[in-house]
Amino acid sequence: MTSLLAVLIDGSIYASWLFLVAAGLTVIYGVMRILNMAHGSFYAIGAYSAASLVGWYFNNGMGPAWVSYLMLVGAALVAGLIVGVIVERGLLRLMYGRDEILMVIITYALLLILEDGMKIVWGVSPYFAYQPYSELGRTSLGLLKVSNYDLALVGVSALLGLGLWAWLERTNQGKVLRAVIHDREIALAMGVNVKLMFTITFVLGTTLGALAGALTAPAISVVPGIGIEVIVLAFAVVVIGGLGSIGGAAVGALLVGLSRAAAVHYAPEFELFVIYGVMSLVLAFRPEGLFGRTLARKI
Amino acid sequence: MRLDKTEISLGLVALACVLFGFVSPGWLIFLLTIALAKALVVQGVVMQMRSGLVSFGQGLFYCIGGYTVGMGGQFFGIHDAIAALSLGMLVAIVVAMLLGLLLTRYREIFFAMLSLAFSMILFGILVKSQELGSTDGFNVHDWTLFGWAPEAGAGSQHTVFTITVVSGLIVAVLIHRYTKAGVGVICEAVRENEVRVEYLGLSPRWLLYGNYVAAAAVSALGGGLTALATGHVDPEMAYWTTSGEFVFIALLGGLGHVAAPFIAAIVFSFVRTYAIEFVPHTWQMILGFTLLAVIIFLPKGLWSLVSREKTGERA
Repeated sequence: MTSLLAVLIDGSIYASWLFLVAAGLTVIYGVMRILNMAHGSFYAIGAYSAASLVGWYFNNGMGPAWVSYLMLVGAALVAGLIVGVIVERGLLRLMYGRDEILMVIITYALLLILEDGMKIVWGVSPYFAYQPYSELGRTSLGLLKVSNYDLALVGVSALLGLGLWAWLERTNQGKVLRAVIHDREIALAMGVNVKLMFTITFVLGTTLGALAGALTAPAISVVPGIGIEVIVLAFAVVVIGGLGSIGGAAVGALLVGLSRAAAVHYAPEFELFVIYGVMSLVLAFRPEGLFGRTLARKI
Repeated sequence: MRLDKTEISLGLVALACVLFGFVSPGWLIFLLTIALAKALVVQGVVMQMRSGLVSFGQGLFYCIGGYTVGMGGQFFGIHDAIAALSLGMLVAIVVAMLLGLLLTRYREIFFAMLSLAFSMILFGILVKSQELGSTDGFNVHDWTLFGWAPEAGAGSQHTVFTITVVSGLIVAVLIHRYTKAGVGVICEAVRENEVRVEYLGLSPRWLLYGNYVAAAAVSALGGGLTALATGHVDPEMAYWTTSGEFVFIALLGGLGHVAAPFIAAIVFSFVRTYAIEFVPHTWQMILGFTLLAVIIFLPKGLWSLVSREKTGERA
């Protein structure tokens, strides 16, 4: 019983983390048809910015702890905004209209550049910002002790998902964005500023990635290469849910999160296997993912 | 069997390589062996690119080839290099025949992602298997060639080099014939427009299937040769960044000629060796910028530098 509870709790914490990481990826793909390999790097940039800022804050012994939470979010917003605008305006804008698969390779090049860029800015030694994590303490759930920070992460993730959904489905701007998703050319003909929508989407996506990194930073040690590990997980999640679907990403995250937690508790040797196993299984039966749209073949 | 101009030149270059092996220093031999072995994996990527599929998981077969050679010596007493390499290709063919049934239903990014997922599955299994050394991998036993054991160190290095050059030549000639033959030409037609190929009464799916399986065998050969040359295998061979490297080399060389992947792999290995020595933290950045430059300025790869003149004449 306890282990089942543990699986459920671990699974939902892991799922909410996965959703945070995958949300930006799926938003960018949905609107721009770019499967962004560099998304993991945005995550890492967010983690580095947050960890160095929060680390600096506590090392100088300044002020109350709650400020550090604002700093996490603030660092992510600033980093995501700057990197997003530079990448979209400086690189991707020149590449629009190319094959989807070529865009994958272009963002792969971007990933390589950003990975080393981070080493130049932050060096190769690890950064720590554990204080926001330990500050919140732990809660006892039955026999288990769960970190409050992780529980808060579940809440943040759920709120973020709802917010994204509401923005897309309930606001005017969201409506315009859905028009672009549905048919880029017709939207353009109707007077939608597609270029601007692309910039907004991309910056939103990068910021979400950076936010995921910043919120994870207190729970891990921030080292080179974290983005490379994360990106394949995010891929698995969005592909399971259906590329471009936010609800799909949520379901994908839950599926992956729970099955990984189950694997960790019952059959640890299958931990990594299970994630991609679920992905392959879903794709075998529904190639477009659980919530994806099937496209007609064009001659 | 008639040889055309390309095949004769390939043969001459291979012969020159083998002769060069007798005089060149050990480090250069090693570097070239690894480069050529990797080029074989890249040939597998290129074969699929010609039909419009980009595999971000070719490391799967690279790893299978390497691990089979290693495990053959470790557990099954297969010490003959040729037998071990053939076994690696056989295992890769069997795996590819199974996975291919599923993978050939996908195109574009879905193919890329699913092939990536399969190689990550193998990675996930390998890092968790204690008997195979987990993340450290394990060493490949000493091997023999038709009962003859090359002396350790320089002797065996030189032998692997020769095996690599010879198998590279065989694969290159076979691929060259394949691309010139009817099926090879249809592969390009599939890339251009799959539905029309269907209208011609052909099955793109079975074509892609055969292509996938053949590419797997070639890549496994490259993996096996790498294992023999380095004397070590580890799960990193199946990690997705390794596969990314193969895609990089494939794009660097382009699809223009069967020799392109070999040249690109050699250029890649040299640049990497020096870059890691002199600018360790900007090596990937250099790769990234090169990749962007190739996509923007040389969309047909390095080979277009060589062949540009010719096309100019024809036009």
